[in-house]
Amino acid sequence: MTSLYDEVQTPTEGVPTRRITVVVNGEKRTVDVEPRLLLAHLLRQGLQLTGTHVGCDTTSCGACTVLYDGRPVKSCTMLAVQADGHEVETVEGMASASELHPVQEGFKQEHGLQCGYCTPGMMLTSKALLERNPNPTEDEVRWALSGNLCRCTGYQNIVKSVLWAAEKMRAQQGEDA
Amino acid sequence: MYPSRFAYEAPTSIDEAIALLDAGGGEAKVLSGGQSLIPMLKLRFASPATIVDINNIPDLDYHRVDAEGNLHIGALCRHVDLEQSTTLGDTHPTLAAAAELVADPIVRSRGTFVGSVCHADPQGDWAATMVAQGGYIVAQGPNGRREIDIREFVLGPFVTALAYNEMAVEAVIPGAKGTPRGSYLKLERRVGDFATASVAVSLDMDGDVVRRAGCALAGVGGRTIDANDAISCLEGKTLTDDSIDQASDAVAAVAEPRTDHRGSDAYKRHIVQTFVKRILTNLARSEQKAA
Amino acid sequence: MALDELKIGGMGASRRRVEDNRFIRGKGKYIDDVVLPGMLHMEIVRSTIAHGRIKSIDTSAAWEVPGVRLVMTGETMAARNLAWMPTLSYDTQAVMATDKVRFQGQEVAAVIADDPYIAKDACSKIVVEYEQLPAIVNPEQAQDPEMPLIRDDKVNQTSNKVFDWEIGDKEATDRAFAEADVVSSLELHYPRSHPSPLEPCGSIADFDRSTGKLTVYMTTQAPHIIRAAVAMVAELPEHQIRIISPDLGGGFGNKVPVYPGYVISILASILTERPVKWIEDKTGNLISTGFGRDVYLKGEMALRKDGKILGMRMHTTSDHGAFFADAQPTKFKIGLMHSTFACYDLPAAHLTSEGYYTNKAPGGVAYRCSFRVTEAMFFQERMIHAAANDLGMDQAEFRRVNLVKDDMFPYRTAFGFLTDSGQYAKCLDLGLEAIGYSTFKQEQEEARKRGKLLGIGISTMTEPLGAGNSREYDIIGIKMFDSAELRVHMTGKAILRTGAKTQGQGHETTWAQIVAHELGIPADDIVVEEGDTDTAPFGMGTYASRSTPVAGAAVAMVSRKIRAKARKIAAHLLEVSEEDIEWELGRFYVRGNEERGVTIQDCALAAYSNVPDGLEPGLENNAYYDPPNLTWPFAAYICKVEVDPVTGVWDVLKFVAVDDCGVRINPMVVEGQIMGGLTEAYAMANMQYITFDEEGNCIGANYIDYLLPTAWETPGFELHEVVTPCPHHPIGAKGIGECATVGGPAAFVNAVMNAIEHTGVRNVDMPLMPNRIYEAVKTGNDISGMPPVKAG
Repeated sequence: MTSLYDEVQTPTEGVPTRRITVVVNGEKRTVDVEPRLLLAHLLRQGLQLTGTHVGCDTTSCGACTVLYDGRPVKSCTMLAVQADGHEVETVEGMASASELHPVQEGFKQEHGLQCGYCTPGMMLTSKALLERNPNPTEDEVRWALSGNLCRCTGYQNIVKSVLWAAEKMRAQQGEDA
Repeated sequence: MYPSRFAYEAPTSIDEAIALLDAGGGEAKVLSGGQSLIPMLKLRFASPATIVDINNIPDLDYHRVDAEGNLHIGALCRHVDLEQSTTLGDTHPTLAAAAELVADPIVRSRGTFVGSVCHADPQGDWAATMVAQGGYIVAQGPNGRREIDIREFVLGPFVTALAYNEMAVEAVIPGAKGTPRGSYLKLERRVGDFATASVAVSLDMDGDVVRRAGCALAGVGGRTIDANDAISCLEGKTLTDDSIDQASDAVAAVAEPRTDHRGSDAYKRHIVQTFVKRILTNLARSEQKAA
Repeated sequence: MALDELKIGGMGASRRRVEDNRFIRGKGKYIDDVVLPGMLHMEIVRSTIAHGRIKSIDTSAAWEVPGVRLVMTGETMAARNLAWMPTLSYDTQAVMATDKVRFQGQEVAAVIADDPYIAKDACSKIVVEYEQLPAIVNPEQAQDPEMPLIRDDKVNQTSNKVFDWEIGDKEATDRAFAEADVVSSLELHYPRSHPSPLEPCGSIADFDRSTGKLTVYMTTQAPHIIRAAVAMVAELPEHQIRIISPDLGGGFGNKVPVYPGYVISILASILTERPVKWIEDKTGNLISTGFGRDVYLKGEMALRKDGKILGMRMHTTSDHGAFFADAQPTKFKIGLMHSTFACYDLPAAHLTSEGYYTNKAPGGVAYRCSFRVTEAMFFQERMIHAAANDLGMDQAEFRRVNLVKDDMFPYRTAFGFLTDSGQYAKCLDLGLEAIGYSTFKQEQEEARKRGKLLGIGISTMTEPLGAGNSREYDIIGIKMFDSAELRVHMTGKAILRTGAKTQGQGHETTWAQIVAHELGIPADDIVVEEGDTDTAPFGMGTYASRSTPVAGAAVAMVSRKIRAKARKIAAHLLEVSEEDIEWELGRFYVRGNEERGVTIQDCALAAYSNVPDGLEPGLENNAYYDPPNLTWPFAAYICKVEVDPVTGVWDVLKFVAVDDCGVRINPMVVEGQIMGGLTEAYAMANMQYITFDEEGNCIGANYIDYLLPTAWETPGFELHEVVTPCPHHPIGAKGIGECATVGGPAAFVNAVMNAIEHTGVRNVDMPLMPNRIYEAVKTGNDISGMPPVKAG
């Protein structure tokens, strides 16, 4: 039994697992996993956080992007065991209890999604970008997102969504300052 | 999509890692960035018995220039660290130019320079920049450390001179004695694509005279092409139309491209020549501006 | 007072999307997010070679892997008569190979286990021995008598030909050519491409032995067609089959066909008595599922020297892979290819067509287009471009001379279509103005002197959407209507279900806008559901841009039926006769006494508490809409590029899109569809293709080789609109989902051809990769066929 695929709880004999503790969306989660389990599968099957999506098998599409210690990584190209002692943020962690993150709002306002499959990855990469560069140009946004593929939107509205969010975040900073 | 089973170790010191590689008898593989290894595990192109994850070893994520101007890159320095460096463009412009062209932005946040060189993909950007500038890999094994010149490091596609029980801990790239100049151009059909052809050019300038010229190519042969001898015709000269043409012709002649769905061998060779010429012409223009 | 339609989210409102609420929170429910109790996982073993006899399959080691529940081969399927299944084009397709494999990637075995990791472990232990046969990788090879017969499973199949077909008037066309001053000809290949939605296909089959009911969660754009197909193939009663299509991560036509994986998972569930989940990986999706295009097109235009087109003849040779599994209206073997030139006043035309089997994945779906219309319109605009040049005429002027004029509608095309509306010249002029056409020639000349190659390309087309009327259109005999069912609750809120299935087009948002328009119920008070065959009315699904024209019309019609009943209730409440009732958005009032009125919500409440005698309580209805005709949106796409002759790399400097899709329900959504479509057009023009080597190995079966553009390469688009309502559609809408993918590629290609035409090059086949452009510029020769380059 590889790990946390639900329902069938018959552990395979003699398969070593490793106990890891990962802080996921601010919450400590301790699980036993096989070393070969991909981080994306830990999140999706193990922790039922299905907002992170798998879109390819060659580390090309970025649909599985999460923030790992604040940096965007492709969770399909990391082993779950590597996240032991680290922090992972998924799309489910973007909104606070009372409100959406400006990036999420921006994507809705500016029609930055259609089928929604690439969206969690896009938004998390955008969030990381804006934390590092609060006032990006259109080119900088496109460059930062060039590891996240989208088939539906043609990217133009995604760029607008990110710039919308950037403006809102700058305004909020201004208020807090 | 699903790797086969392996044992997993996460050492917290280099010595511990070496011991694990040694015990592995050739069936253990180092995991650093994982952006080349894990895709291979997922497609089952690689099935090592043991994965030795070095990400928990402290003090390996540095990149710094020493008093002599040599750049030291630790085993866990990520591509993005080099891309975001504000000083690399001044000390090692060829690497700075390549930094943003490696894979895509998300892969760059995890993949490592040293890991990429050790992966020895003939398409690899970093190996080309190292061969163009010279330098060496510091390998550590049960018997201590040794320096492997980059030109002896890559033996063939995906094969390096590292012994099974050695780990690359650092890459060292020399600095320029004079003024460092250089660039890296890559023809890719889109971000993240394998290169149709890439060219790394590194110059060490004494005023407007080329003290040393280095060049290497990726994507145009079964391995990184060492074009240092070819471009050495620039040494002692200034960058003029004639000297630039001579250099770009010489470099193009040593490329070993193969015809495939990215283009004919003639096309790829032409791109090599074009890129060398463009890099050198741009450098000449900025020299003139500076003057 | 009538409600403000924009405020209640009616038509014309750029209403923010309802489905976004869950997607931005990561709460979408895609197929792999669905978990059923006791679920097992299935992985498929695919053939490594393109053509060969199966000598043996050894599954013994796979059975030994702990956690494996079932291993299936073609024999397992054959024992239950499921090794073969019918296709949507009246052919048969292997579910799992028994005698031979006929394309690389074909299903050969399957493992069902406790989790997919274990299933994959077991798959890697299955040993298949093949006796390799020569592989046929294009129609030319398919016709070679030395090459093997691919479909030796079919009785009476003596060649690799699938069909011959023809349409049009040969005599009239021949006469036109006899009179021509100039004949312009062109030959090209529209390469094989793949819709490649980001989410691959999958299914969860759950057969409940105690009730006899089969529930299948499935990535399908057409759940009711699937239910019918499963009933036929699995021989289960239709009322005991429930197909649930969850949130889909894109479709683009790829999720229409019935795939072997679905059928295998169904049998696996029956055999294991557990739910079985099959999620395809990207390689499986690219190598085995419904591709698009792969057609060779050859044509000629008969021209008068003043620029008038007198006639057109063309021949298409299409590559259907190993099984003819096209999903398209049955009567038309090559889809709606004969809609080509529909926007031009073309007196005579003739089309002949042949199709061939090859050792490649089966299909030829409507990849983001209306049944082969991408090929039709691409070829049309490439021929128009070549003809204008052959005549020495300006590209825009040549089109103006020949485009159907506004006063010519309704217009019967040479192939028998009836186009009913449009302002073609206006769209073209708008686009030309926006791109700066009048000053371009000079700009181009000056640039060329400095060694810079600039080019402009035009693509104008009208596309037949909304297939289609029952007289002419059906898929395996089922007519292509669509449906909507609306139930208004007593508090005036409503639930709408349709036979369509959104994959990102925003139906949950836009259908509610139609109801809001018709009934004045705020769109936020209307929930929209699609995709569950137990609850949704029968429909033919969403593909080929047919939803707004057909299902959208049904939504309007059912809303009107509701309004008609509400009118009766209003008369009763206002104590006047029905003839004295007037309607404005959201309320009925007494004629001559506007103050006296009741809202639609008042009527809804009364439907449950105070109906007039003789009227049934409740306020719900359904509508099945048989469209009287196709709809005909029009587009003018104009692209400006710069080509670097030294490397062959080209960049888009500007792209203008003028779209006339009739009345726009939600302008924001319409624009999103256009930009997405233009990006796929750009991808096909620039980098996206699937090809094969001589052994039939597929190049393009993963995202390393099959290139999709990123945000970095993709250009920006400048959008303009013209609105010519559809005269027969209840709300005047025409549909837009795919226009840009259909018309876009020719704009890019024509622009690059224009930039390099001084070299004498007339055609470079897509994709226009840098090496191909470089070769063309250097040699002045046309470049045809797939990479590696075959100079023409």
